[in-house]
Amino acid sequence: MTALRNRVRTISRYGVLILLSLLVLGPLLYLLAQIFMTPAEASQYPPKLLPSGLHTAELRNAINTVPIIGFILNSFVLATCIMVLQVLTAALAAYAFVYIRFAGSRFWFALFISTMMIPWEVTIIPNYLLVKSWGWLDSFQGLIVPFAASAFGVFLLRQFFLQLPRELFEAARIDGCGHFRHFFSVVLPLSGPAAASLAVYVFLNGWNQYLWPLLITSSDAMRTVQIGIAMLQFEELTSWNLVLCGVALVLVPSFVLLALGLKPLVRGITAGAVKG
Amino acid sequence: MNSSLYSDKSNSVISPATVVSEGNRLSASRLRRIREQLLGYLFLAPSLAVFLLFLFYPMVRSVYLSFQLTDPRGRVAAYAGWDNYTQMLESSAFWSSLWITVQFTLLTVPAGLALGLLCASLVHSAGRGNKLFRFIFSMPLAISVGTASILWMILYHPSLGMLNYLLGQIGMEPVQWLTDPGTALGSVSLMTIWMNSGFPFVLLLAAIQGLDNDIMDSSRIDGASSWRTFFSIKLPLLSPTLFFLAVVSIMNAFQSFGQINILTRGGPAGSTDVLVYSIYREAFVNYQFGTGSALAIVLFVLMLLLTAVQFLVLGKKVRYQ
Repeated sequence: MTALRNRVRTISRYGVLILLSLLVLGPLLYLLAQIFMTPAEASQYPPKLLPSGLHTAELRNAINTVPIIGFILNSFVLATCIMVLQVLTAALAAYAFVYIRFAGSRFWFALFISTMMIPWEVTIIPNYLLVKSWGWLDSFQGLIVPFAASAFGVFLLRQFFLQLPRELFEAARIDGCGHFRHFFSVVLPLSGPAAASLAVYVFLNGWNQYLWPLLITSSDAMRTVQIGIAMLQFEELTSWNLVLCGVALVLVPSFVLLALGLKPLVRGITAGAVKG
Repeated sequence: MNSSLYSDKSNSVISPATVVSEGNRLSASRLRRIREQLLGYLFLAPSLAVFLLFLFYPMVRSVYLSFQLTDPRGRVAAYAGWDNYTQMLESSAFWSSLWITVQFTLLTVPAGLALGLLCASLVHSAGRGNKLFRFIFSMPLAISVGTASILWMILYHPSLGMLNYLLGQIGMEPVQWLTDPGTALGSVSLMTIWMNSGFPFVLLLAAIQGLDNDIMDSSRIDGASSWRTFFSIKLPLLSPTLFFLAVVSIMNAFQSFGQINILTRGGPAGSTDVLVYSIYREAFVNYQFGTGSALAIVLFVLMLLLTAVQFLVLGKKVRYQ
């Protein structure tokens, strides 16, 4: 009796799980089916659920006719630069908070944490005017420099440094190792897991940015993927699957990164959440 | 606290300085301390510079601008006093935008949390295949607002879209998803729940996995049904995580912009004109940087209040534990 009930429970549990995953996957499966259709198949009504074969003409068409590769390169440069800069600035600041004794360190830490309370949207008007007055509109420095540091990163790495064995630091000091050498040859190499968490998180955020690039880029040469793809929507409304091919091309790097970095990403998110 | 510990030790280490005369040693250690101070600031400097330039200065500047009238190029034209604020508070557009933001939050946050909790509990208790399901439910983490919005715009297409086709298959009338003022906000919310579903799932799964298995087992041995275990033991234990998620999701909902800009541009008939979209419209479409800043300050105050609530409630929790 109980065996039967357990079985029913397991089956219904999997049933609900499969239903929920279909809801989450649904739009993505639709995307996957669409990109392999011919334009004629894609615009049929009633809509076709599956392509008649793996037609890749539209994908190639998207790569050739739309400056999508340029958008992808721009976003790649932008996200990579922000990632490297943020990990580096965060590691330096976190190191100072953990290992260096200086006056006002508590004050500065509180100030750093308080920046998390300022929503980016609140400062967007003065930031736009500032970047504009420097002539940084439509440039990589305008896209990158405002995001070169983050309190979240400092916080995450500080938590990690606090857990590193103190003896390492003392041993390095006794060996006459200064802060710079200690930072670069002991702490930085050891902070791999935490840095990876931060890096995946920051890269995805950079890749997915929307409002800031929308405001400050104006030429096709500087467009990032998210803006470029949205422009496509309005220009090429007639050909859905060309637009969807573009969407798919933009999503591929994100999913590859997610598949490779899900573990560090989850670790980063949860570490950030524990202390809020 | 830690740093004071190690410094005591490092002073007791026998170094060449101890052999040298008293005076020399003092100045040497003072020099070292000054060097340490400077190094501290040197390490902080890159982050600090970015925060000062792109967060604190613009924050102050936002407050300043909210009391000014500006020309279309963003230069201050005249002092406006409280005019921007009184105008804003008197305009029905502001209150409707605030109300729409609240509605949007109510439509997305509870449903998003419930969905995340359901998926996380099921994945946690699933045996075989739970890794696959975990990846599937985490997938939206990688989906950006740009790509998600375009995908859903096509799904929502009134005559050719997949959603209306599916509705037709089960004998229902087609819905004017994005073009009817009565349904547009709901449609944007539905898409937002889908797009943001990864974050609550990941956090709640981690929280459930961190629960003490002994408590769960003992309640099961005591004969509590799995529903009872869930509601009277699991849920209270998860409440700090749920609360944190609620606050973060509310903040997130209040800052939504991309999907609205792409899907509806605040329309139809202003029915999806959320707060951040109205800031954007005021500043970057109408070039009213003064009134735009006043709206931004309202957003800031709301976020500050939410953070304060979070600290008060979480602070209490910690004390009672």
